[in-house]
Amino acid sequence: MANFIDRRLNSKNKSTVNRQRFLRRYKNQIKKSVSDAIEQRGVTDISSGENIVIPKKDLSEPIFHQGSGGIRDKVHPGNDKFSTGDRIAKPPKGQGQGSGQGDASDSGEGEDEFSFSISKEEYLNLLFEDLELPNLEKNQLDKLIEYKTVRSGFCSEGVASNIDIVKSLQGSIARRIAMTSSKRKQLKEYQEALTALNQDKHDHLSEERELKKKIIELENKIAKVPFIDTFDLRFRNFAKQAVPTSKAVMFCLMDVSGSMDQATKEMAKRFYILLYLFLSRTYKNIDVVYIRHHTQAKEVDEHEFFYSQETGGTIASSALELMNNIINERYNDNQWNIYGAQASDGDNWADDSPHCKSLLEKQILPKTRYFSYIEITQRAHQTLWQQYQQVKETHSNFVTAHIKEVSDIYPVFRELFKKNTKNAA
Amino acid sequence: MVTTSKKKTNKVTPLDDCPDWTFELLEQYQTEIARVAEHYRIDTYTNQIEVITAEQMMDAYAGVGMPIGYNHWTFGKKFIQTEQTYKRGQMGLAYEIVINSSPCISYLMEENTMPMQALVMAHACYGHNSFFKGNYLFKSWTDASSIIDYLLFAKNYIAKCELKYGIDEVEATLDACHALMNHGVDRYKRPQKISLDEELKRQTERAEYLQSQVNTLWRTVPKNNESKNEKQFRFPSEPQENILYFIEKNAPLLKSWQREIVRIVRKISQYFYPQKQTQVMNEGWACFWHYTILNHLYDEGLVTDKFMLEFLHSHTNVVAQQEYNSKYYSGINPYALGFNMFIDIRRICENPTEEDKEYFPDIAGSNWLDTLHFAMENFKDESFISQYLSPKLIRDFKLFHIHDDGESDYVEIGAIHNEQGYKKIRLNLAEQYNLSNLEVNIQIVDANIEGDRSLTLRYTPHNNIELGDSKDEVLKHLHYLWQFDVKIIQEKKNGKDEIIAQCPEKKPEV
Repeated sequence: MANFIDRRLNSKNKSTVNRQRFLRRYKNQIKKSVSDAIEQRGVTDISSGENIVIPKKDLSEPIFHQGSGGIRDKVHPGNDKFSTGDRIAKPPKGQGQGSGQGDASDSGEGEDEFSFSISKEEYLNLLFEDLELPNLEKNQLDKLIEYKTVRSGFCSEGVASNIDIVKSLQGSIARRIAMTSSKRKQLKEYQEALTALNQDKHDHLSEERELKKKIIELENKIAKVPFIDTFDLRFRNFAKQAVPTSKAVMFCLMDVSGSMDQATKEMAKRFYILLYLFLSRTYKNIDVVYIRHHTQAKEVDEHEFFYSQETGGTIASSALELMNNIINERYNDNQWNIYGAQASDGDNWADDSPHCKSLLEKQILPKTRYFSYIEITQRAHQTLWQQYQQVKETHSNFVTAHIKEVSDIYPVFRELFKKNTKNAA
Repeated sequence: MVTTSKKKTNKVTPLDDCPDWTFELLEQYQTEIARVAEHYRIDTYTNQIEVITAEQMMDAYAGVGMPIGYNHWTFGKKFIQTEQTYKRGQMGLAYEIVINSSPCISYLMEENTMPMQALVMAHACYGHNSFFKGNYLFKSWTDASSIIDYLLFAKNYIAKCELKYGIDEVEATLDACHALMNHGVDRYKRPQKISLDEELKRQTERAEYLQSQVNTLWRTVPKNNESKNEKQFRFPSEPQENILYFIEKNAPLLKSWQREIVRIVRKISQYFYPQKQTQVMNEGWACFWHYTILNHLYDEGLVTDKFMLEFLHSHTNVVAQQEYNSKYYSGINPYALGFNMFIDIRRICENPTEEDKEYFPDIAGSNWLDTLHFAMENFKDESFISQYLSPKLIRDFKLFHIHDDGESDYVEIGAIHNEQGYKKIRLNLAEQYNLSNLEVNIQIVDANIEGDRSLTLRYTPHNNIELGDSKDEVLKHLHYLWQFDVKIIQEKKNGKDEIIAQCPEKKPEV
């Protein structure tokens, strides 16, 4: 009467398609949630997924149901104090009388928000889709190239150490077979003729002698074919193949002088996060170096970078110098793809700006893949911006952008990388 | 809930009661359960028992009881919800899911212990299964042997449509259909049986035929005919409660594949309709049998005390009824009510009191098994309660009735568990399970095919209960299908019809 079936090993992701459908349908709400979430993340924290919260009312599946009012009769269990005819005052209006009887409460929960998790991949996809980055990525592959030698077949010339013995002997066998085949054919004929003569009742002594002589001659000729010839030799061939390095280092430079308030830093942080996420799609290993500066620059950790307070004036070149030193010390530009991102409110000691320019042009830009400068300010541009504009005109791997408020960050980021696309193309 | 017997025969060696189950052990228990079930004349479809993991159980949840579901975002939402609440530990998963099909598919969860698996087999594979096979609603409304085929057809058809017409179009159509799913049921007309072969064969010709029919129908109507003449005839000639059916057959601009989708949703809705009407009975019947069968095994000495303790623990959890003032109270537990009613019917048959003889003269003292089978086969929740709810049970549950007339600022206790109240409570409790009171009564009364092609629906309130706020949203979905103006009217106190919702929205006409 019963069949047992073990389905435990069947695929358990029957609902994956439906889940994707759900994400697809609520993409806009989810994206908003994703972009909200970015603020709460560390720059390098991309290994985790994200919790998504969507207002429940957006998800409703409407059906006709009974509303409020009207005459209602209900039966309840557990009478402990009522007698027929008792009257009980209704709770004051506004508190409502529960969710009504419409749907017999299919789920016991009454949250206002629908929250769930998405995986890391889903998170990144959603984030990048917003920035239209996947297309950029292809053009962005002008990374640093390293060469690797790889085997590429065989050739007939080369150094002795590269001789491939098996291939060479194969050639030798082939050559020997080719050079002796006609002789061996003839040899076989003579031998057959000889045996035929031997079996004959009559004597054919002279003919036999003749044949034997020819056979010895042929055998000598066959033996003379050399076992190996230079013609047989095969050498392993090697070719150089370009391999993009998967190492990158990202320098975050930020002005932390008194004029930079926390809100400005948060904006810069968002920019760094985006850059990091973007790079992490292209490179396997990314180092992040945080350099903050006022009049002096210092390498710090992430938390200190974003959250410690400093006061004082601003000398931007100090950070650039430190960056240059760190590159020279730790990040050989032949092995590392170097990216720089500088954020500032534009304040700088006026005499320092030309110095910044020359540092960038002479030292840093030749070594970096890409250097971006974002200025987060509501005010007019100052000397630093003007100097950087000059750099921008002569260097394709240098970009500047101006951010006024948080909502500018995505467009600006997109703009920066679009520009790069054009230059790369 | 005390086991009925203490005597034990020593000859029988009890089945292994270790908590870990094996397939061998499942077979052994299944065989014993089947034997006892047969002893009680339980007639079932062949069982197909599938062991699944918790993840697969969540998948099954998301499919709302359909073993093969088409793809739609709402199932994804359901899945995410289930997964989320399960992971947070806010909800346990059901021990089983059973599907009204032939063979009857039931899912057992891998994580259940052996006593749980035995409980679940008795409950689902013999309780629910026999209910599906025996109850008149399921017999006449669903065709267990063809449902799997039909769901497969539906899934493939919808997947094909998605490829052909795009996911968005199909999704919008399905959304619209889902919004009206409850109104895709023939409540009085008996549906035809469906099978895959027939369905596939008929589908193509139906699509073409219908499309041509509809086109010719509308082609006869002159365009821009704004004449305000009195209508010569009314279409449809009678109000239609099956909105989806009406749409499928009459919506003017619907494409043939959309009609087919409407039909699929309608058929599935129809398939689930009996389950909605028999929740108390179905669960009660299944609980009664798992309880009775396992106790029978215990009496025979086939299961041990250890087994029974775990079983009873789960059983009492399932059939517990919270009282109205408990913070866990969420209405009457259908398992509790159903189980106790079946137990009570058996009691009335076997040990009737004077009161029972007065209230149930025809069943008091009769053969309990006959009576029980009769009750299972010929009732739905509403009629079952009004037929069999005994005064004793009303007292046991301490039921009381609250009347709220909507306008006064108090509610009144209409009846309590005493001699004067029994009948009133029974009546009101039965009404509480009357689907026609719970579901909105909304019917298509007019499709203006000679004029602006607008569609008019009439809402008839039950007990003056207004139509809920979602009506505008639902109407948008209906408008998507009908593609001309739709409106809902309701007769107000002054006897005049008033438009309570319309789509596209217009300023109320004077």
